Amino acid sequence: MEGMIPTATERVGARAIDEIRNDFPAFAASGDARPTAYLDSAATAQRPTAVLDAERDYLEHDLAAVHRGASAATGRSTTRFEEARADLARFVGAADDREIVWAQNATDALNMVALGIADASAGIGGADAARFALRPGDEIVLTEAEHHANLLPWQRVAQRTGARLVPVKVDEHGCWSVDDLVAVLTPRTRIVAFAEISNVTGLIVPVADVVAAVRARAPQALVVLDACQSVPHRPVDLAGYDVDFAAFSGHKMLGPNGIGVLYGRAELLDALPPARTGGSTITRVTFDSAEFLPAPQRFEAGTQPVSQAIGLAAAARYLEGMGMDAVAAHEDAFAERVVEGVAGIPGVRIVGPQAGHARAGLVSVAVDGVHAHDVGQFLDDAGLVVRVGHHCAQPLHRALGLTATTRASAHVYTTAEEADRFVAALGEVRSFFGLGTGAA
Amino acid sequence: MSNLDGLYQEIILDHAKARHGDGPLEGADAEHHEYNPTCGDEITLRVKLDGARERIDAVAWQGDGCSISMASASVLTDLMAGRPVDEALGLAEEFRAMLRSKGEGVPDEDVLGDAIAFHGVSKYVMRIKCAMLSWVALEAAVAKAR
Repeated sequence: MEGMIPTATERVGARAIDEIRNDFPAFAASGDARPTAYLDSAATAQRPTAVLDAERDYLEHDLAAVHRGASAATGRSTTRFEEARADLARFVGAADDREIVWAQNATDALNMVALGIADASAGIGGADAARFALRPGDEIVLTEAEHHANLLPWQRVAQRTGARLVPVKVDEHGCWSVDDLVAVLTPRTRIVAFAEISNVTGLIVPVADVVAAVRARAPQALVVLDACQSVPHRPVDLAGYDVDFAAFSGHKMLGPNGIGVLYGRAELLDALPPARTGGSTITRVTFDSAEFLPAPQRFEAGTQPVSQAIGLAAAARYLEGMGMDAVAAHEDAFAERVVEGVAGIPGVRIVGPQAGHARAGLVSVAVDGVHAHDVGQFLDDAGLVVRVGHHCAQPLHRALGLTATTRASAHVYTTAEEADRFVAALGEVRSFFGLGTGAA
Repeated sequence: MSNLDGLYQEIILDHAKARHGDGPLEGADAEHHEYNPTCGDEITLRVKLDGARERIDAVAWQGDGCSISMASASVLTDLMAGRPVDEALGLAEEFRAMLRSKGEGVPDEDVLGDAIAFHGVSKYVMRIKCAMLSWVALEAAVAKAR
């Protein structure tokens, strides 16, 4: 068997990659000579036993309602639920546990911010919420590269308030700079929303620099960060970044589905009207009025995803154990290997930062003359699970003159051998579809 | 034949490049636009019927998409030109039934002609809409024209 395990010396921090892969039941030895390479972690990541066990342990021993009633069981359940919140606060560098609000996913979290602002604009939430109110002609700055989850909620806010969406244009590779964003800031800019890492291009945005520029040029603006592709993959310090709100999902960071996080600075969360209302969010209710608790409870209406929160906290501790610097270095190496490999394939182009430029551990490509769905079918047949399509970023693809792209993405368990298999298969696509090896 | 060769038969790869019917249609009686939001494939298909509205005189289309959707439109163009409308709609039904077969059965070449090349698509549930795109557009365009 010697020579068949080319990844034997690969490490993430102190741990060997084979050992890490053993943490994931999905990668248990299948006996296949050529097991499927899972290269779609940017969509949904696999889960380690530590996450599955944490959920099961809670469900078997401590399952009970949270923040309701007075039984000892409820107390234990509530304690575990709140310990999970503290784990996430530490993981992303929140200044206070109550700056972590549970959401269904990042999409839900971004909607909570947007709809809260729309409510405030309609006068809901009283004087405290007036700071969020938008007026006709106010501006919401978004980049052309945003995922639809960080675009459509703002379209809704604009429709409800008369505010205007202002794009930060991308260049021919789908990238943008701090200067590009600064150029569109005006005294009417009220919201600036962007992703720390693009889910299509892998561009890494210097968040602290962007926030500093916004504070200097448009101090009245709120900064909203889509951290979906950063929190699971690199060190993130939300308080240090000085962003006002941030959102990320559990299922991309080795955690469960159905759980995500809305981060917000405490003074803002305490004033933002809750988009969803209901049980456990209030102090005093009369037949025709309600007063809401401070954050996070004011946003957590109804029965909460408790086992999912506990599973997500286990995922955060698992990643902390490896060290986020080590995780980032491992995934950066994957991207570098793919980008360098693709550079040698005629007719296959890298979308996003080119060779020699920093990028996150995901790589999208366009194959000249072959539609992404045909590329994806070919790769699927070669045992590679990748994502094809517009990746919920139609405006970005349109700006690049593309309909769809093919994306490979890494996580802690992804190997250099899998990167090589992706590159090798890409090298065969055009000839399979009857195209020459030269560029089209 | 590997799975992939069963899906991408030579005739499909040839039609994806040749794209019979790709272009505008002078004097069209009706047109219909179809869009598949999951993959971005789209097509605008135009038909011209005879004076009695009983026969398809010509079909043409303009579109963008994967090889399966583009080859399917090309094969459709060859099969439909000059065909009585009722027969054309029956053929579209046959084509749909073949794509829903999950790879079972043996399609009738006498009825489907070159369209039997798409039998392999029926095993790929995510690609059936690609093959159907132009056929659905034809049904809608003919309904408008009649």
